[in-house]
Amino acid sequence: MANKLDSKIPSGPIESKWSDTKFDYKLVNPANKRKHSVIVVGTGLAGASAAASLGELGYKVKAFCVHESPRRAHSVAAQGGINAAKNYQNDGDSTYRLFYDTVKGGDFRAREANVYRLAEVSANIIDQMVAQGVPFAREYGGTLANRSFGGAQVSRTFYARGQTGQQLLLGAYSEMMRQVDAGTVELRYRREMLDVVVIDGKARGIIVRNLLTGEIESHEADAVVIASGGYSNVFFLSTNAMNCAVTAAWKAHKRGAYFANPCYTQIHPTCIPVHGENQSKLTLMSESLRNDGRVWVPKAVGDKRHPNDIPENERDYYLERVYPSFGNLAPRDVASRQAKYRCDEGRGVNETGKAVYLDFADAIKRLGQDKISERYGNLFEMYDKITGQNPYKQPMMIYPAPHYTMGGLWVDYNLETTIPGLFCAGEANFSDHGANRLGASALMQGLADGYFVLPYTLGNYLGGTKLDKVTTTHDAFKAAADGVKTEITKMMNIKGNRTVDSFHKELGNIMWENCGMGRNEAGLKKALQEIPKLKEEFWNNVRIPGDANYLNVELEKAGRVADFIELGELMCRDALERKESCGGHYREEYQVDGEAKRDDENFCHVAAWEYTGDNKPEVRHKEELTFENVHLATRSYK
Amino acid sequence: MAGKHINLTLKVWRQKGPQDKGGFAEYKANNVSEDASFLEMIDAVNEELISKGDDPIAFDHDCREGICGACGFVIDGEAHGPMKSTTVCQLHMRNFVDGAVLTIEPFRAKAFPVIKDLMVERSAFDRVISAGGYISQNAGNPVDANAILVPKADADEAMSSATCIGCGACVAACKNASAALFTSAKISHMALLPQGQVERKERALRMVAQMDAEGFGSCTTTGACEAACPKDIQLTNISRMNREFFVASTTKRPKHSDGGAG
Repeated sequence: MANKLDSKIPSGPIESKWSDTKFDYKLVNPANKRKHSVIVVGTGLAGASAAASLGELGYKVKAFCVHESPRRAHSVAAQGGINAAKNYQNDGDSTYRLFYDTVKGGDFRAREANVYRLAEVSANIIDQMVAQGVPFAREYGGTLANRSFGGAQVSRTFYARGQTGQQLLLGAYSEMMRQVDAGTVELRYRREMLDVVVIDGKARGIIVRNLLTGEIESHEADAVVIASGGYSNVFFLSTNAMNCAVTAAWKAHKRGAYFANPCYTQIHPTCIPVHGENQSKLTLMSESLRNDGRVWVPKAVGDKRHPNDIPENERDYYLERVYPSFGNLAPRDVASRQAKYRCDEGRGVNETGKAVYLDFADAIKRLGQDKISERYGNLFEMYDKITGQNPYKQPMMIYPAPHYTMGGLWVDYNLETTIPGLFCAGEANFSDHGANRLGASALMQGLADGYFVLPYTLGNYLGGTKLDKVTTTHDAFKAAADGVKTEITKMMNIKGNRTVDSFHKELGNIMWENCGMGRNEAGLKKALQEIPKLKEEFWNNVRIPGDANYLNVELEKAGRVADFIELGELMCRDALERKESCGGHYREEYQVDGEAKRDDENFCHVAAWEYTGDNKPEVRHKEELTFENVHLATRSYK
Repeated sequence: MAGKHINLTLKVWRQKGPQDKGGFAEYKANNVSEDASFLEMIDAVNEELISKGDDPIAFDHDCREGICGACGFVIDGEAHGPMKSTTVCQLHMRNFVDGAVLTIEPFRAKAFPVIKDLMVERSAFDRVISAGGYISQNAGNPVDANAILVPKADADEAMSSATCIGCGACVAACKNASAALFTSAKISHMALLPQGQVERKERALRMVAQMDAEGFGSCTTTGACEAACPKDIQLTNISRMNREFFVASTTKRPKHSDGGAG
């Protein structure tokens, strides 16, 4: 079985792998492209850019999203920026350095070849987005402005105020809408993918629920791309939008696509802390704030004074103290863990003791309030609205929260899953970031996959694969649609006593306590006892009001929570098996002085899980990782 | 949490579907934390409704960070509620007084049919974008980004227009249900940048025509849209759109049928 994990990494030197491979890929004659159809599930950065590019090439594209408009995809919320190795600052950046930083930042758990390609196309992404009118920040002379982000010592992050994700998404969205106008992309919104249809071993279509009418629809195609984003909402409270789910990827997993490194969740260090029991989500404060903000806690345990009354010498600027060379720009996993340590020591602030300060007083003194407001104004306002406190007058309070998920469907170098013809792009796949994601790299990967990788790799698949014509009257479509209907009916008929959200919250608690920032064997084993019980109760006691034949928000949520419960169990199993600490995945048993202790001897691999049937344990496969260019070394940010 | 709690009475518009007549229903929202957001307050009301076997109040929402533009309804006659420059997901309960009675209803406009309760269909906006809210740049072969210099002032102003989230509050606040603010923000964003020049006239003509075709009303410049906009999109965008449209309609040359695109 393990031979299924053929990563298809091209041979040859890392610098020329991608260009050589592109030359070797099969081409589809322009006149034949319109005979091929492609389904794209999800219209965030990866999905919209893929749909736009494929439509532009001449393929017949159908794009699906759960939202009322593709412009609402959660990529819209990314604040800080997008990396590119442009070296506009002349500060020593290069493709190789971006590659190096990303491999190291991912704690040597990403594939070198993928990461190099990502760094290589990063410069094209900026050119592409500027050409299509993204209003990036500019210097007075009209050239593009840059700033730096966590985990990097060069200024390579391009940004559009604190709304970079929004502007990039609107860019990709408008290019996709241009293709809608041109008739090459057909847009289906308010549709949720509930199954992949596999015929003769190849992905040939999907089953979706029309969220407006409740109708179950079948759609056929020559290839399917899943670009449905991440699954951080498994924790209930996370920085993800409310509709972010694992459902599309999970259904593909159940059809045979392996799921890789599910336990790799990034905990983002700068979120607004939890305030109360009714809270529905956590709001991220851009990491770019750490360019000018200084993180600290009071030196004394239990110091409850107002932060402005605590004198300089009684403050512990712990990131600057522990990591003098990176300081406040230490990578996300490192900064998050340090915040947790300070709070565990009893030096956390806020009424809950679960927060640290992010202080702009020095920066305001140095640069003036106007400059700070120009850089971060919208973030400061957002903070003020949520907390009722003015961050220009007193430090912000922040705490780590679940954010990005590095795990996802396993894909080879071509972004193809273990189901031929089923591709996966952006956050939904596992590739490129390893065990930790550096700031400003998610937007980069989404757009790289959609604009610059899939147009080639999908062409290679379509050009080199014999595909019989199939229609939605095929038995496989009927069987899949019936399966979806049966599951919905089953869920609707439970008519139990507990709300969907109550299950989601309980799952979230289990996951955060046992598979969150710190994990250990005992906790994970406990979670693996609790989750199956929760699953059983869900299927016996969930209450979904209304009916399935019209818009039913509770039904939508219930389906997603059912998938989160199964995923949560797999995450815990994955975390339990990985007996090492790396990146954002921190097993408390494996550490040296509070720093993650990796085990390259036994765990320098991707763990890809194979679904074997309902309530049966999944099988773990390994893809060994080799590092020929960036040598395995302990990450140090000191 | 030590935060204060308040009690509210909600008069909420309930409508089962587009064909249903709809009407107000009254609910109590008790013991609401002042730190909760408006949507979290409705979440809590919904949890109670579900527990009692009733249908929860349907409303659109997603990022809950004020950026996706999915949320939005009318509170006491104001789109996105009483706070300036704020979406309902970012509106917190500390801004309401204990014992208040709040009327909550969907955005109302012919071009935004009600789907259910507070949810409306805003895909008309997507069709307006599809009619020209883009730059025809094929992927993969643009010039170096710094080869297109953009004066900072222009880039900043373009950004201020581009920041529109497409929530529809401008339409809901307008007595004519005009989409002029939304459409003009996109036209401005692109008209202000060097990349947007080639299709500038075509864009203005097509987007305005599509806006009219969708059934949005005319703009009479009352400024209600600007006042309701959670992202402070300025009325000056509408002036710019009118100018773009006027110039385009008086100077645009017809497309030549010979030669093609090459």
